[in-house]
Amino acid sequence: MMGLLDLFTVVAVAAGAFFFLAGTAGLLRFPDALSRLHALTKADTLGLGLIVLGLLPQAASVSSGLKLALAWLLAQLAAVTASQLIARFALHERRDG
Amino acid sequence: MTALFDIVLLLLVLAVAFAVVSVRDAQTAVVGFIAFGLLLALAWVRLSSVDVALTEAAIGGGATGVLLLRGIARLRNGKGQPRGRALHIGAATVSAGFAAAIAGAVLHAPDPAPTLAPAAMEHIAALGLGNPVSAVLFGYRALDTLLEKIVVVLALLGVWSLAPDALASGRPDLRGAALPSDTLAFLARTLTPFGLLFGIYLAWTGADHPGGTFQAGAVLAAMWLLVLMAGLREPPETRNRLLRGALMLGPAAFLAAGFAGIWLAGAFLAFPPGAAKPIIVLLEIPLTLSIALALALLVAGPAQRAPR
Repeated sequence: MMGLLDLFTVVAVAAGAFFFLAGTAGLLRFPDALSRLHALTKADTLGLGLIVLGLLPQAASVSSGLKLALAWLLAQLAAVTASQLIARFALHERRDG
Repeated sequence: MTALFDIVLLLLVLAVAFAVVSVRDAQTAVVGFIAFGLLLALAWVRLSSVDVALTEAAIGGGATGVLLLRGIARLRNGKGQPRGRALHIGAATVSAGFAAAIAGAVLHAPDPAPTLAPAAMEHIAALGLGNPVSAVLFGYRALDTLLEKIVVVLALLGVWSLAPDALASGRPDLRGAALPSDTLAFLARTLTPFGLLFGIYLAWTGADHPGGTFQAGAVLAAMWLLVLMAGLREPPETRNRLLRGALMLGPAAFLAAGFAGIWLAGAFLAFPPGAAKPIIVLLEIPLTLSIALALALLVAGPAQRAPR
């Protein structure tokens, strides 16, 4: 039983890391601010989500599991809002320039 | 495996540091500097110095980074002059000299390196604190901490004195710091309660666990700045007496406790035996408030709108 949970953790965390890698590649390779942002936020959301999901079975207690989930939610909130703001600024600059 | 992680982290720290000093664009350099602060915080975690890591992330990366970004924004408005080559070379020489001196000291340290850690742990029970860093900050070296808190207020006075006379007692202006948007207002409304809770927790837990006034103050300051930048509230006028009182509350309480020590425990900044912990925890409340206000107002900058 423990083996299955550990396997789940390894697969989910590895998948999360893969999305971070893909997002970073997109950030470096895509041509303009909006598409880079697109790559980054997709990777961030999925990557962090999968890593937290993968770590949940390893949590020592219910409360530390809740903390993990809360950290994920707050990171989501900050990342999503920040990317909205950056996108708005990029559009603003495009219109002005 | 951890050795591999440490090596990669170390290489990243060095690479980002090199990038910060070598890029030509100031904004890129500052963004690099913020990333450098976060990487350095990770390095402190690897050295089991969670207190230093928290401070580095909050003050080194966060607060200093925002201050520098605001500085760049002001320079862009045509208020700064380009600097000559001689200044660049001078700054590089001084920095390289510093780096060489520190490297020399670290590499030539005797093995085992001299440490005061056992001495710090030996008397920690007398203070009743669980966190040795707090014991050093408030118990053994309280004078340094007191001066540190005063320096922050002095720095704010320096920033405020940059305002022209006619505006000096007016409001700082944060409207240009962000595009007006509902998204930012939403973030400010949603994140602030969590941030307040976390800031208060950091101050509260500092006595026994990593945390403390500076880290808590930085988190609280960030929340206030978020509210100000989102335009939900106006920054206060610098002549506001309540604000000035709150800024002085922390240092004043610390000084008062210091003088009370002469009378209660026989020395300036000494704590009466058995009562050290409650006094320190009580002191941390006004100190955190003052630090939070001072950090946020440092970022808000000098007054730019005339007092009404």
